Amino acid sequence: MERIDARGLSCPQPVVLTKNHIDKIGSGEFEIIVDTGTARDNISRLAGNCGWAAAVRNDGEDIVLTLKK
Amino acid sequence: MKNLFATKKGIFAVGIFIGLIAVVLQKMGNPANMGVCVACFCRDIAGALGLHRAAVVQYMRPEIIGFVLGSMAAAFAFKEFKPRAGSAPVVRFVLGFFAAIGALVFLGCPWRALLRLAGGDMNALAGIAGLVAGIWIGILFIKSGYNLGRSQTTYASAGLIMPAVMVGLLILAMVQPQLATGPALFSSKEGPGSMHAPLFLSLAAGLVIGILAQRTRFCTVGAVRDVILVRDFYLMLGVAGLVAGAFIGNLVFGQFHPGMIGQPIAHTDTLWNFAGMVLAGLAFTLAGGCPGRQLFMSGEGDGDAAVFVFGLLAGAAFAHNFGIAASGKGIGEWSALFVTIGLASCITIGLTMRKKI
Repeated sequence: MERIDARGLSCPQPVVLTKNHIDKIGSGEFEIIVDTGTARDNISRLAGNCGWAAAVRNDGEDIVLTLKK
Repeated sequence: MKNLFATKKGIFAVGIFIGLIAVVLQKMGNPANMGVCVACFCRDIAGALGLHRAAVVQYMRPEIIGFVLGSMAAAFAFKEFKPRAGSAPVVRFVLGFFAAIGALVFLGCPWRALLRLAGGDMNALAGIAGLVAGIWIGILFIKSGYNLGRSQTTYASAGLIMPAVMVGLLILAMVQPQLATGPALFSSKEGPGSMHAPLFLSLAAGLVIGILAQRTRFCTVGAVRDVILVRDFYLMLGVAGLVAGAFIGNLVFGQFHPGMIGQPIAHTDTLWNFAGMVLAGLAFTLAGGCPGRQLFMSGEGDGDAAVFVFGLLAGAAFAHNFGIAASGKGIGEWSALFVTIGLASCITIGLTMRKKI
């Protein structure tokens, strides 16, 4: 599964990376790793707005979102 | 634990609350249409520290201190304190520097632009239009690959530097130490720097806003950016709440005076109100958030945001030392020059700092 690393990136990079990938693949499944609650919340919201499901899990200090459509 | 604040209803309610708090601060002594202004208040703090000597705008604003410490408290309470740093800090310092300059030509950061609008100051419309334009330009750069690189997790003590600085400033404000030459801090006897709510009220207001803004991720620049970039209105709801709350509060307190001429701590130079905020909006967008958000992030341990804040302080001091800041009478001698230099600098930053992450 494709994994995008958005750790350490300023707003709005995590969302931009996610949106670019969503637009590129249209549907499917991929993971995106972030390290702040803000990025997690923003990507979850973006996923919802675009009709993708987002599952969130913690991985040590990081947060992994699995997006699926 | 689910973050109940970070919902559409939550952030709208928080926005209204912040708008009301700002109006109450105005009622209790803060300058008109300036219950909260990050640019003006950083400028006042720069004055209190003697970094500039404009006698009418020197005061250690507790609201700014509260923003950082409140955000820090919320971050620790909800396990979101993440010390991090290292994303092109010198660039962020320069962005903060020029953001302050742009804002002080308009005479307000985005927060104050909204409060001025809610107070009936129609000159704020040019500023808000400029802000939107600046953010739009910033988005063009972001879409074409602009980014300042990743920050790294760092030591907790590094992430605590800005909160520690704020505690130090608070101690100075409360103790008011004396040197042989007189009071250590500068404090205006007249003008906007002499207009302030009681210290504890300002501090409490700042702390509450800091907590609520950290929880909701409140950001006046992100609000516009997210609508343009991804058609997301979450942050914009917070902004709408702030305007609504402040407007209602102004009506209740008789602080709503619609018009363009003679507005408090404002000028009618539409072109430079617009251009100053284009610069500010662009700089904030390139830095990842409005100046309030940078304070809240610095409270969360973000050392890059802290550097941006130091840039704001430096830019504000510079603006008053070199005739760049505007006043109610109009723009300063070097306002136009430095807004132009600032725009050129930010455009250069946007163009030259693009790559695939």
